[in-house]
Amino acid sequence: MTISIRGLLKGAVISGLAATMALTSMPVAAKDKIKVGIVSFLSGPAAGPFGVPGRNGAELVVEALNKGTMPAPYNSKGFAGAQLEPVFVDESGGNTKQVAEYRNLVQKQEVDAVIGYISSGSCLSVAPVADELKRLTIISVCGSPRLFEEGDRSHVFRTTGHAVGDSVAASLYVRDKFADAKGYTGINQNYAWGQDSYKFFDLAMKTLNPNISASEKPQFPKIFAGQFGTEISTLSLDSAELVHSSFWDGDIEAFVLQASVRGFFKEKQFISTLGASAVDRLGKKFPKGVVMGTRGEYGILIRRGGSALNQWFVKAYRDKYGAYPLGPSYQYGQAVLALKLAMDKAAEKAGTFPDQDQIIDEFKGLSWDSFGGKISLSQGNGHQAVHPVGFGITDWDDEAGEPVIKDVKFYPSECVMPPAGQTGLQWLEAGMPGSTCLK
Amino acid sequence: MTDILAEKTVRWIALAFLATALASFVLPDWIVNNLMFGLARGLAVLGLLVLWRTGLMSFGHGLYFGLGAYTVALLESYVGITDLFLRIAAAVTVAAVVGFVLGFILRRYRDIFFAMLSLAFSMVLYGILAKTEALGSTDGFSVSQTTIFGWQPGNKQPLFIAITAFAFVAVILVQIYLRSTLGRLTTGIRDNEIRVEYLGYSVAQAIHIKYVISTALAGAAGGMMAMALGQVDPDSMVYWTVSGELVFITIMAGPGSVAAPFIGAVIFEFLRTYAFELAPYAWQLIVGTTLLGIIFFLPGGIWSLLEKLRGSGGRHNV
Amino acid sequence: MDTAFTILLDGLTYASYLFIVSAGLTIIFGVMKILNVAHGSFYAWGAYCSAYFVGQFAEMGLPDWTGFFAIAGSAILVGAVLGLLIERVILRRMYDQEEILIVLATFGIFLILEDVILLVFGVNPYFAYQPMAYLGSIELGGITRDVYSLTLFALAVVIAVMCWWGLNKTRWGLLLVAVIHDKEASMAMGINVQAVSVATFVIGATLGALGGAYIAPTVSVAPGFAVDVIVLGFAVVVIGGMGSIPGALIGSVLVGLLRALTVHKMPELELFVIFIVMSVVLMFRPEGLFAPAKARKI
Repeated sequence: MTISIRGLLKGAVISGLAATMALTSMPVAAKDKIKVGIVSFLSGPAAGPFGVPGRNGAELVVEALNKGTMPAPYNSKGFAGAQLEPVFVDESGGNTKQVAEYRNLVQKQEVDAVIGYISSGSCLSVAPVADELKRLTIISVCGSPRLFEEGDRSHVFRTTGHAVGDSVAASLYVRDKFADAKGYTGINQNYAWGQDSYKFFDLAMKTLNPNISASEKPQFPKIFAGQFGTEISTLSLDSAELVHSSFWDGDIEAFVLQASVRGFFKEKQFISTLGASAVDRLGKKFPKGVVMGTRGEYGILIRRGGSALNQWFVKAYRDKYGAYPLGPSYQYGQAVLALKLAMDKAAEKAGTFPDQDQIIDEFKGLSWDSFGGKISLSQGNGHQAVHPVGFGITDWDDEAGEPVIKDVKFYPSECVMPPAGQTGLQWLEAGMPGSTCLK
Repeated sequence: MTDILAEKTVRWIALAFLATALASFVLPDWIVNNLMFGLARGLAVLGLLVLWRTGLMSFGHGLYFGLGAYTVALLESYVGITDLFLRIAAAVTVAAVVGFVLGFILRRYRDIFFAMLSLAFSMVLYGILAKTEALGSTDGFSVSQTTIFGWQPGNKQPLFIAITAFAFVAVILVQIYLRSTLGRLTTGIRDNEIRVEYLGYSVAQAIHIKYVISTALAGAAGGMMAMALGQVDPDSMVYWTVSGELVFITIMAGPGSVAAPFIGAVIFEFLRTYAFELAPYAWQLIVGTTLLGIIFFLPGGIWSLLEKLRGSGGRHNV
Repeated sequence: MDTAFTILLDGLTYASYLFIVSAGLTIIFGVMKILNVAHGSFYAWGAYCSAYFVGQFAEMGLPDWTGFFAIAGSAILVGAVLGLLIERVILRRMYDQEEILIVLATFGIFLILEDVILLVFGVNPYFAYQPMAYLGSIELGGITRDVYSLTLFALAVVIAVMCWWGLNKTRWGLLLVAVIHDKEASMAMGINVQAVSVATFVIGATLGALGGAYIAPTVSVAPGFAVDVIVLGFAVVVIGGMGSIPGALIGSVLVGLLRALTVHKMPELELFVIFIVMSVVLMFRPEGLFAPAKARKI
């Protein structure tokens, strides 16, 4: 056939138009994989009660989201369509090590985000580095209130509440159930977490239960001391019936074993804010009637109830790991959920795979349904989560042959967390102004 | 003094430090960071080297390391100073003053008693810091970016170069000291104190001076660590495991040369990074085995290995 | 008055715990002049074995009191096996080395054995509460105490008596004392110092293991269990005098009572009271309160 110039021109224009149309309608090459560092204690004493359950919670949720097998509203596949490849890192070794590990993750392994951190020391050390390296970092467990109190952070979010909420909720539970008590004291580990926990509890009690007097001799044994004979004697001699403790791991177990034999739990009302892992481990040996919290709507407090999402989580976790999910499992899991939600929303808005700044924009002030309940990032300028905190009383279910919590009460976040603009300590010292539960 | 600079060892060290400083322009950030930690620790180990040559090993240098670190942090939170030179000067001064005072007590002890007493002192400081809530207790508190004469650099590279420079200066100063008469007494004291006394020198005084030198170096190192890490807390700076790490590096590096501590510290840093990645449950196993290995097969430390490889002829290093 | 009595009992209980831990350490130092950091390993391994076997016995349905045999058996097993192993493989080669290097070598051994525990026993804690539960509780001085900790006190007394009797009344004990005083002279006298050293090390190891094994039922045995104990043991040994059993006894009682007093009256000071005592003793009587006399050698 003869090729005419007009034909050529027509062909060129049509091809050109077609090509342009094709190029503009084709999405920018969608990323099909993201890499996320997941940091928790995989060795050492914190591994058993926190690190490994946390890691497992994250792994379970990541797998389910990758496959798209999670129930609504998270049943879409992937993270803005991409598969998440987790990189599990051990949090032990101290702060210097953790900072170096963080830099490794971001600069050597080039992860797209980092989720994790249980110890206050690590999260406080890593946060400024996250901002320096400009990498999205989601703190999942660490409970020190100082994370956002020292200043705003650009790339760091925390998807769980902090120590102030735990202590205030404990005081409220005392007001609801033990208003007739005469005195309170505490046994806490002598380091920042223990000192802060008791201090917040003490201040909250003075505001909420002014008629219950504080003991002169709250106990602060060395962390991992293991031997509490003398402390138990001192507490026994103290007239205060309420005993607050933020003990965790080996210490709570050792304490419970040693104190049970001495009939401690019959005379004293023990309030444990973080000892839930021991309830499962000690089983029938764990005393009944202990006030137990899990730092939120997590773990044993909602094991037998909650939403369909929660029931899915509990069952799936049990099937995969042979144990019930604990507080950290929920905390890590919900961090992953938040990441998915933020990424999905950012992708929808941008019409393409989102970049980090877009994800962070969506993350700010995010509110989502976790397994336990709703979590809202309404503090720390949209970076710090608030959620209800609950307590209950330990008991044993003979039929099922497992521990159970009864008389559970959840206190809403406006009640237990400080409002924006005040540090936890300031708020407590001022008498918790603005809290909705002061009456 | 010029003969110092003509010494081959010193020339090699100068070259090494220069190369390190220049390398910071091309190396990835995370390696530079690790190197910074390594240099800081190396400086503290340099101080322990001086003591080790005297036959003394301190199990409590975390005390001065921590003092240096906390001085830097407190200088910022109470007086608002973030300048590099002022920070280091303050860290060195505080550590040296405390070292001077405690030196009066410690100089009378040897061997295991010296080690135990230094450990006890450091644990007392740990106890004080861990329960002082105003200092953040075990959480510690943060240290913001270092400024240099008012200029705030964008990343940590200027800090790295500054630390490298300081370390180099310290190495030269220590080398000068070790070449001096008092410095040469070091190994003499280790071998036979009574003879040194007969020679007319006061052993106690000599040890005191060496102790203060080591504490000043440890203080500077702690200050640098605080600036590099951006955070101070008792567990990272004062706990006996910190002192233990320094002792480990001292043994691993060997007392052969003033360059050894830095090589040892850098190796330790990278050993730790990779061992942790490969075998998180076996980290202590690796350290323990290395320690035993060095003690049995390489008592002079890694430096002696390097010397053997170099074919040490005409050695005048002690 | 109840309070004073309680403080006394608390102090003695804690002292018993310290003594059982430090007796072995001080014996080993006395004879071999080695401050054995790996003593913590004997303690940890004793505890793990004991917890494991007590658990096994319980699972097999045996009555709770059989746990005591598990404890004793574990102590002997660990003491003999680990003690001999370490002495043969490592320490035998190190007798000529400087004291500090030996201490560091034992530290290396401790680190290795810590990780071996992880590999053998895993990360999860072990519980062995049966023996403690079996003995129940008793009212003393106005509060309830567990009988188990009182037996701890009895055990410490038994060990102290046995040591005293062994050292003063048996031939073997005299040999030991001779070696402690002067190794070279003993060798010159024909004493088999090598055998004495090995035997002492194994005995010391067994005592350390017994400490851990006996404590196991009262705690959750988990990784990192032994780290603190080493420092406490050192402190007591230093205070009492290295190489002296009565020193370890007095040191333990001193630290135990002081700590009990502090916890009851000024709990905030608990964290470093032991180190202050250690520093004070080191400064004014560095050999310890009861060290065997040593002539200065040129």
